[in-house]
Amino acid sequence: MTEIIIAGFGGQGVLVMGQLLANAGMLEGKEVSWYPSYGPEQRGGTCNCSVVISAGEIGSPIVSEPDAVIVMNRPSLDRFEPAVKPGGILVYNTTLVDRAPERSDITAIGIPATAVADELGNSRIANMVALGAFLKASPVVSPESISRSLERVLSQRHHHLIPLNMQALERGRAYQ
Amino acid sequence: MKQVFQRPESLTDVQMHYCPGCTHGIIHRLVAEAIDDLGVRESAIGVASVGCSVFAYDYFNCDMQQAAHGRAPAVATGIKRVLPDRIVFTYQGDGDLASIGMAEIVHAAARGENITVVFINNAIYGMTSGQMAPTTLLGQKTTTTPQGRSIEANGYPIRVSELLATLDGAAYIERVSTHDPKHVRQAGRAIKKAFQTQLEGRGFALVEVLSTCSVNWGMTPQEALDWMRDNMVPYYPLGVYKDSARKEEAAHD
Amino acid sequence: MAKVLMKGNEALAEAAIRAGCRAFYGYPITPQNEVPSYMAQNLPERGGVYLQAESEVSAINMVYGAAGCGVRVMTSSSSPGLSLKMEGISYIAAAELPCVIVNVMRCGPGLGGIHPGQGDYFQAVKGGGHGDYRLIVLAPASVQEMADLTFEAFDLADKWRNPVMILADGLLGQMMEPVKFSQKEPLAVEKPWATTGARGRRPNTVNTLDIVPESLERRNYALADKYSRIAQSETRWQEYKTEDADLLLAAYGTSARVARSAVDMARAEGLKVGLIRPISLWPFPSEPFERHHGKEFLVVEMSMGQLVEDVRLAVNGQGTVHFHNRLGGMVPTPREVLVKIKDILLGGEGQ
Ligand SMILES: Cc1ncc(C[n+]2csc(CCOP(=O)(O)OP(=O)(O)O)c2C)c(N)n1
Repeated sequence: MTEIIIAGFGGQGVLVMGQLLANAGMLEGKEVSWYPSYGPEQRGGTCNCSVVISAGEIGSPIVSEPDAVIVMNRPSLDRFEPAVKPGGILVYNTTLVDRAPERSDITAIGIPATAVADELGNSRIANMVALGAFLKASPVVSPESISRSLERVLSQRHHHLIPLNMQALERGRAYQ
Repeated sequence: MKQVFQRPESLTDVQMHYCPGCTHGIIHRLVAEAIDDLGVRESAIGVASVGCSVFAYDYFNCDMQQAAHGRAPAVATGIKRVLPDRIVFTYQGDGDLASIGMAEIVHAAARGENITVVFINNAIYGMTSGQMAPTTLLGQKTTTTPQGRSIEANGYPIRVSELLATLDGAAYIERVSTHDPKHVRQAGRAIKKAFQTQLEGRGFALVEVLSTCSVNWGMTPQEALDWMRDNMVPYYPLGVYKDSARKEEAAHD
Repeated sequence: MAKVLMKGNEALAEAAIRAGCRAFYGYPITPQNEVPSYMAQNLPERGGVYLQAESEVSAINMVYGAAGCGVRVMTSSSSPGLSLKMEGISYIAAAELPCVIVNVMRCGPGLGGIHPGQGDYFQAVKGGGHGDYRLIVLAPASVQEMADLTFEAFDLADKWRNPVMILADGLLGQMMEPVKFSQKEPLAVEKPWATTGARGRRPNTVNTLDIVPESLERRNYALADKYSRIAQSETRWQEYKTEDADLLLAAYGTSARVARSAVDMARAEGLKVGLIRPISLWPFPSEPFERHHGKEFLVVEMSMGQLVEDVRLAVNGQGTVHFHNRLGGMVPTPREVLVKIKDILLGGEGQ
């Protein structure tokens, strides 16, 4: 069972990242759940979602001791770094996080997700760059499943952006 | 020999329970005649409200639903939306429509809900034996305004027809009275027109019928009719407050 | 049909349409807003009516009107909205109108919060509105059940001419899980009582008033009789690892998911723990509790002690009933339930 928390500002696509992971897990025959922070805090402030990918039935979809955390901004790092399980993974967006993680008992992966997305011409795909970096460290689902999931998770009018999204995912996976 | 007083087909032969001098009975008859005249009895679905007319479902010889106090316009909306080709009407008192059910009636009118509302304004709560209604006149004594309705304590009576006529969704609104045979005939014409409005799909139609409650007003039936003419009609002027058909005609000129 | 990843609220709405729901009347409130949005987007093009009412009071009375016409109809809300619907629900139950009422519970009382809660248990299963009446109350614990139980709710409503409530919560409404929609056909039920216009027949009335005590008493007894027949045939629950258990957890909905994880954690440590999950909250499944008389019980709920009362009635003094809860939108964690389990079975060693 892999339990993941993804967090950032509203509008950074963190809920979509979670849905892509969950959908990809489902396509690969696993049990999955996705649970968002909801309500007024979604707009403007920080938002996050919990994703569980498991071989067996899932109990609570709320993740309190994540195997992995992906944070897209500084407040999310402050909030979720302490929660990562010892030995777990922390992916953080160095473009918007101005400090290094403090924990030494976890694998911390910094990636300038927003900067890479800007290079690709669309800062809104920073989420895919970070997701790529996470999948390289922890291949819970395959890039092919993510690609298929984009068709389902993105609304029809964004389908022309799927190749760009996959390009961003690959940049994240290739980042050293 | 010509039969002069025949029961409309849209009324059952159940004996009505109304008090002597109450005008509910005559208004039921006007509604039934309108339904008969338009030949819609078999597609009519009426909604009885809570008040003295609560048993209307026993008196109208068509499909009927009985609604919670004030909610008849919502129930009628629920019906009309799923069966748009049926003729749906509510029959409501002033406490039901203008007090507890004010939100429901305003929004049904604002939506232009294609229903017909027969609104009985008797300036009092009849069923619960004579408390103040939202239409009780200033100075009028009721069991809950023993010194007479005062502005300081209770504010002003509500003129429902004028209020609803401000809403764009209202297609036809008329206020009529039942204080003499001439006005009763006019009331009949207005009620028929309110059903006609629905048949033509023009939207929300309401007829406010000034009505007596001699028992709770503490008067004889004739005194009540006179009191209504002399006190209610001046405060609640009779007439057509809204008629979208007429406006359209005017626009064609 | 393949599985799709969906929010609980959306799966519920889709299942309703598949069950033949042809009218939806609602009023916005978090955390159930996906239900009306889904209905507004999908119901009209699939032959139904969507209308946003001016209040929950109106919405439930619109449901009364449409249900009285024999149409499959639903309304959905969350806790504060349900308080407003209670009047209409009592009327609907009294008039024996089939319909489905959804409560995606949040935490209260008052305006409370928007996060998951289970504080409306009493309101749902003990009445809530005035007078003697019963709702069939179904409690899903997954997105799949949000769909399956909603579909079933429409059939049960028609079968028994009774309102059925889906009692979910914000977590089940907001979470996404894979769901597969059944290809089942909705139950076809004749409704000769419906008010559809008295063409070629005697008029029908939908009514709840009866001021003759002898007559109303007969109606009440007839309702009571119907409720006892429902209780005999529509009780639903699920048991998990209960056969050899020394301690039986009891929980529904979201709490049951947490409890199930706690059972697995306890079993991994060699503790004989199981879970009884009521699916129908009314009628309440007493049978599994009676079968385990003499054992220890632990009720987990997101309310101040509501489910625990029904469990105590079912245990009837034949065993100790312990209690663990979280409130205010907090969802219990499996770990804290495990601590409680150890506390009970090992006498505090779990701490
Ligand atoms: C929720 C609720 N509150 C109060 C009542 C009691 N009640 C029954 S009829 C009525 C007043 C009806 O007055 P009106 O609408 O003016 O009709 P009338 O009896 O004068 O014809 C009241 C307050 C009720 N049935 N339901």
